[in-house]
Amino acid sequence: MSAANDNVVTRQVSGTERKAALEGQPSAIAVENIVKRYGDFEAVKGVSFSVAEGEIFGLLGPNGAGKSTLIRMMTTLIPVTSGKAVVAGFDVSKDADDVRRRIGVIPQALTSDPDLTVEENLSIYAKLYSVPKAERAKNIEEVLTAVDLLKWRGAEVKTLSGGMRRRVEIARGLVHNPHIFFLDEPTTGLDPVSRIAVWEMLNHLKSTRNLTMLLTTHYMEEADKLCDRIAIVDHGNLVALGTPTELKNSVAGANVVEVHFDRETELWRERLEKLDGVTSVQPESAGFYRVITKSGSKTTMQIVELAQQLGESLTSLSVQNTTLDDVFVHYTGRQLRDEQVKATWAMPQRPGMQP
Amino acid sequence: MNRMLAIVEREMRKFFRSPMLMIMSMMLPLVQLIILGNAFGGKITGARVGVVDYDHGPEAIRVREAFNTIAANIKTFTTTDYTDEMLARENVRTGKLDALVVIPAQYSRRVEARDNPQLGLVVDNSDQFTSSGVEGEMQSLVDGLNKEIVQPRLASDQQLKIVELYPYIAYMKYLLSGAIALAMFVSVMIGGGMLYIDDKARGVHEGYLATPITGLELVLGLNLAGAIKAVLSGVSITVIGSLLGGLGVIFHPMQDLELLCVIIGTAIAFNGMMFLLMVRVDDPLLPRAMFGILNTLLYFPSGAVYPIAAFPKWLRAIAIVDPFSYAVHGFKSILLKDGGFVAIRFDLLYLGVFGVVTLLLATQLFKRTL
Repeated sequence: MSAANDNVVTRQVSGTERKAALEGQPSAIAVENIVKRYGDFEAVKGVSFSVAEGEIFGLLGPNGAGKSTLIRMMTTLIPVTSGKAVVAGFDVSKDADDVRRRIGVIPQALTSDPDLTVEENLSIYAKLYSVPKAERAKNIEEVLTAVDLLKWRGAEVKTLSGGMRRRVEIARGLVHNPHIFFLDEPTTGLDPVSRIAVWEMLNHLKSTRNLTMLLTTHYMEEADKLCDRIAIVDHGNLVALGTPTELKNSVAGANVVEVHFDRETELWRERLEKLDGVTSVQPESAGFYRVITKSGSKTTMQIVELAQQLGESLTSLSVQNTTLDDVFVHYTGRQLRDEQVKATWAMPQRPGMQP
Repeated sequence: MNRMLAIVEREMRKFFRSPMLMIMSMMLPLVQLIILGNAFGGKITGARVGVVDYDHGPEAIRVREAFNTIAANIKTFTTTDYTDEMLARENVRTGKLDALVVIPAQYSRRVEARDNPQLGLVVDNSDQFTSSGVEGEMQSLVDGLNKEIVQPRLASDQQLKIVELYPYIAYMKYLLSGAIALAMFVSVMIGGGMLYIDDKARGVHEGYLATPITGLELVLGLNLAGAIKAVLSGVSITVIGSLLGGLGVIFHPMQDLELLCVIIGTAIAFNGMMFLLMVRVDDPLLPRAMFGILNTLLYFPSGAVYPIAAFPKWLRAIAIVDPFSYAVHGFKSILLKDGGFVAIRFDLLYLGVFGVVTLLLATQLFKRTL
């Protein structure tokens, strides 16, 4: 990452913390210089951040960036190598059981028992959290209502659709009324309609249950729509932290111009980079470029003029605001990270992970 | 305690939701009991024996009459006459005959002259069971021919009087003890081994580990559920096997109690052993690959199929530590001998201690984190 980007991260972290302090919000989660090592490989390299109570906080990053490792350390599933994570006021290393009683965890894989009914799954987890018998039935009814699965309470989980199974997982994580909710890629594998339903449900839960949520995702749209703040993690480092708007503003250039030339030549990238106001050019496919610019309208005019001068024709041309995709690419680059990581070190196989 | 029972509840609900799994886990021992019980332990009948008679004298006729008697009664073998000894030998070698009897020339004269008369027997000893059967029958036949017609003044036929403590035990009854132990082992292997690793791989345990359940509660819950499944399997096979084998012990409450004790002891021992083997395994294919090895390594040296006394020393050493041996001994003591608690107390002690020790070791090795 460049020195300029380092400055951005430092400025954003301090800025956000200042904002939280000003608002007088106590931290639900405070992570200080946390490290996770597997042998010589450092999966998480001294990450620090805090999450205010009632906030939805997103951990964004490419595959293998360290998001799941971070969430697992915070949920006591894997031990912390060094540093400190305080969740709901308890140190995850010293008071793991106190942490577990106050958090709900939705793992990445669908782990509800397919042979059991929705209600049986919830009941067993309520017992694992020692929810008193008198409250158990009431809690189950409430969470099933919240996730809109009340009429499916007697159905075996294996008979439900992927989206409904994900809602069962969410209900299961809430059955003991946790204060903080951890969700590891909650919409992975869902179709767009189910994904939107899960987003709406999480927003509803946040407002009705005063939950603090920390979720990992690699869907930019999800992070943009759900999260109050987002941390971008890459190679085990926190590379950016802020609200979605702050992050978008941190990327030089306010607009993205997408242009598709009829004929591809190697010179297009160089020509586009020389235009006024253009900060970067990302080739997408043959003849297709994403041009990040300070002025979308001006760059659009320049591109049309350039094409006319050269006698070239355009297949398509569009202007849009900077998205989190651009932020993500800006901070993490465009390399195929999985292959790079696997070439040097193999991550211990995660239970439930698909090869 | 409640958290441990929640694990048991989940496991048992799953178990009863998958009746095919329960049935299939009992099929191997049942099929083995029926097939092996009927295949082994019977007498040889219908063996093919060639006869080459170079004598044709009165003593040779006596021998051939004895052959006819065997063919008509006990039916161990039937005979076919050959005139060409070389052809008959070739037929034994190529498997057309199981044995060949040669009555040499001058056999009758030698019998009359008491001049060391001999009958030749050529056997295909590549099949030990058939050749032993034919040899045994031929030896009885020769012993009968040797009997003095005029009795000597002093008795020369001292005999060993054998007193059998129990009625004749068919091989199926003998195998039943091993079949019960095997059914319980298969149940533990599937319910406690394969499903445990599958759940781990599917992330179910990740869900458990995120709750406040302690490592001990989780281990005890999984093992208690595994033991209950094994007990159910053991009881089912005991009842079905006893009815198939014609054993009436299951209708006696005291013996039922003794059998239940052996079944519970076996379930504890097998579960402890299985959990110790699987506690650090993550690959779902591994327990499947181990199944055949463990089955052979533990079942066959236990005396379930063949007596331990016939084993070489190194195999006896395996039998001494193998919990299967004590389970099989315990079941035999009740099912075949009605030995009471006196006969099974050491088996129960070993199975209990083995189960507790392996479970303690497994608990130490169990990781509360991923």
